[in-house]
Amino acid sequence: MAFRSAVITFPGSNCDRDMADALEKISGTAPLRVWHGDASLPEGLDFIALPGGFSYGDYLRSGAMAARSPIMQAVVAAAGRGVPVLGVCNGFQVLTEAGLLPGALMRNAGIRFVCREVTLTVENNRSLFTSGYDAGQQIRVPVAHHDGNYFADAETLDRLEGEGRVAFRYAEPVNGSARDIAGVLNAAGNVLGMMPHPERAIEPAHGGIDGRALFISAMKGLIGA
Amino acid sequence: MKVRVHVSLKNGVLDPQGRAIHHAIEGLGFSGVKDVRAGRLFELEVDDSVTDAALDEMASKLLANMVIENYRIERVSV
Repeated sequence: MAFRSAVITFPGSNCDRDMADALEKISGTAPLRVWHGDASLPEGLDFIALPGGFSYGDYLRSGAMAARSPIMQAVVAAAGRGVPVLGVCNGFQVLTEAGLLPGALMRNAGIRFVCREVTLTVENNRSLFTSGYDAGQQIRVPVAHHDGNYFADAETLDRLEGEGRVAFRYAEPVNGSARDIAGVLNAAGNVLGMMPHPERAIEPAHGGIDGRALFISAMKGLIGA
Repeated sequence: MKVRVHVSLKNGVLDPQGRAIHHAIEGLGFSGVKDVRAGRLFELEVDDSVTDAALDEMASKLLANMVIENYRIERVSV
């Protein structure tokens, strides 16, 4: 059966095409494209992606306006039904602002925009999104963000770590994130937010293919292939 | 009437922007500034009928991110 995915585009999203391209190249089926103003999602989705970019010009706070856009009510409802949701970069910021993931993404500790390839450690390889990696595997994936400094109170951080909800950790200093967290899962494990861009590391021309396993993991988990 | 909503970072939340601004103040030659915290000020023009509860909701649902920020509402008599 074809993999039925959707990429949500907000005004100011700029990685939606990269995300759609990655999903199509890896699954063989082009994702549906959904606009932020839509009130509902297409039926029967296997996967929803919130792409990177600067939705609404980062007005108020990164992701804050997008999190209150009409389509996000439908995304929150779908996530509640167990539909896998991946938020990358600005998509991660939207997920925290929408309350689907704990914590917040603050201005990078060094103030500067960080745009380079970084090394991540796969902390949890038993999730829907990470089963294709080895536990503790180090992967190379690009980052490009100004507000990637993950913050949550100590109690929340302890809970995330205790429940295996830290999916990825930076293996090097990047943005000042609490406990070097690069990606977190929700309690049910069907929502992943991460600042690094796996969709920018899926073919050799990108300089690396370490992002592929994330999409393949999600597809395998769903189709049972 | 005018309402001001002051949004500031919670204690204990690191403020990289405030720190950079602090450095810039010192770079201008001012001394004696011990700390700088950056926040936001929203000015809302509202009908008198808008309740405190409604203002609270606006602030906590949108203007402030309660994970990292606090807010204070001030009704300004004109």
